[in-house]
Amino acid sequence: MMLAHLIDIFLLVFLAVISVALLRIKDLLTAVMIFGIYSLTSASLFMVLAAADVAFTEAAVGAGISIILMLATLAITGREEKIVERKFKLLPLIIVSITGATLLYGIRDLPPFGVASNPAQVHVAPRYIEQSAVETDIPNIVTSVLASYRGFDTLGEVVVIFTAGIGVALLIGRRRRLLTAKEASRHE
Amino acid sequence: MSGLGIWNYVIFIFLMMAGLYMMISSSNLIKKIIGLNVFQTSVFFMYISFGYVEGGAGPVLTEGVTLYTNPLPHVLILTAIVVGVATTAVGLALTIRIKESFGSIEEDDLHKMDPSI
Amino acid sequence: MNDHLILRVVGKFLIPYVMLFGLYVQFHGDFGPGGGFQAGAIFACGFVIHTLLFGSRSTEQIVSIGFLRVISALGVLVYAGVGVASLLLGGEFLNYNVLAADPITGQHIGIIVVEFGVGLTVASTITLLLMIFAERGLPS
Repeated sequence: MMLAHLIDIFLLVFLAVISVALLRIKDLLTAVMIFGIYSLTSASLFMVLAAADVAFTEAAVGAGISIILMLATLAITGREEKIVERKFKLLPLIIVSITGATLLYGIRDLPPFGVASNPAQVHVAPRYIEQSAVETDIPNIVTSVLASYRGFDTLGEVVVIFTAGIGVALLIGRRRRLLTAKEASRHE
Repeated sequence: MSGLGIWNYVIFIFLMMAGLYMMISSSNLIKKIIGLNVFQTSVFFMYISFGYVEGGAGPVLTEGVTLYTNPLPHVLILTAIVVGVATTAVGLALTIRIKESFGSIEEDDLHKMDPSI
Repeated sequence: MNDHLILRVVGKFLIPYVMLFGLYVQFHGDFGPGGGFQAGAIFACGFVIHTLLFGSRSTEQIVSIGFLRVISALGVLVYAGVGVASLLLGGEFLNYNVLAADPITGQHIGIIVVEFGVGLTVASTITLLLMIFAERGLPS
């Protein structure tokens, strides 16, 4: 168990270093690639925290799909962030420090990491773990909770994804057709 | 007890604030979207950590295992990741439209062009 | 990317296995880690590789954007259809117990069909997003 904690802390520190690197890098292509590393590291972290399903999704979606989409966007918008000679921005730093300090004050009362008697572990989770086998006979509790116990929730998520697809199609999916229609009318 | 206590939560806060700072301070819209994603991932870590149980197996029922991690945060975050990429795609699509209409994705330039935004 | 011969050959070899793995994750999701969301993303990765290697025009000859739109709507319909079916069979919305004579079998059927709907929507929407972004980047 000590080893798992060591890996956990190592990955978290690594993520913190990557996030600082992300802050400092001006070249957008490099930033996107480093964000890919960030996603892959977070997938490993989910694996260490025994969340295989989540690690799966993060590795495929975070490190794969979102990076590709960002690269496709960069191909259109250009990879250079504008270098501005500006004075050090103080206001964002103040806002972030105050928010961070408030959150740090808040987490003092959180239950310690990994203890089996934490409030999150004693409410509905035991019901799922004990009854899932009896009620659905499906070994993977994540699947049974996702599809059966919380079916409404998942239906909503699927609709959100579908809506996002429609939104993107409406935003940038129609230009060619409109252009060709316009050109056709001009030629006529 | 050799637990981590709340120390890894401190790193989550750090990641969250790094994402927030990236969103507020960088002027490039794509950088902002990356910051949004970093922020989002730190919330995912926090949820998954809440569900972690010391020595617990992953939530797939196996013979002879009695202690499992909490499946509920896994379900919530699993869907949140996919929804996150969908919303990122919408953000990127908006960025492309802004680039095509204004010729720039730098917030400073956009402010200069149109003071109303 | 006309000159990347090795990438093309290896990629072509890789795509069927990526898709097969996606299908495995989809239908093995009841027993091991996996399910519709992951399977959809992995399946879409096959199309991502194809688009990266051969360009979005040649991917569009395999799956057209209109087809993807239909499939992504179909996934939501399959999901909601299971809910309506359970309503018509006398249960609550998305109560899979009534789908078969035996509640356990009903749950099995319901979960597999619902996950399939999720997989359809996720795979087709992600491919659709990718194709739209790639098409937009093409010089017109």
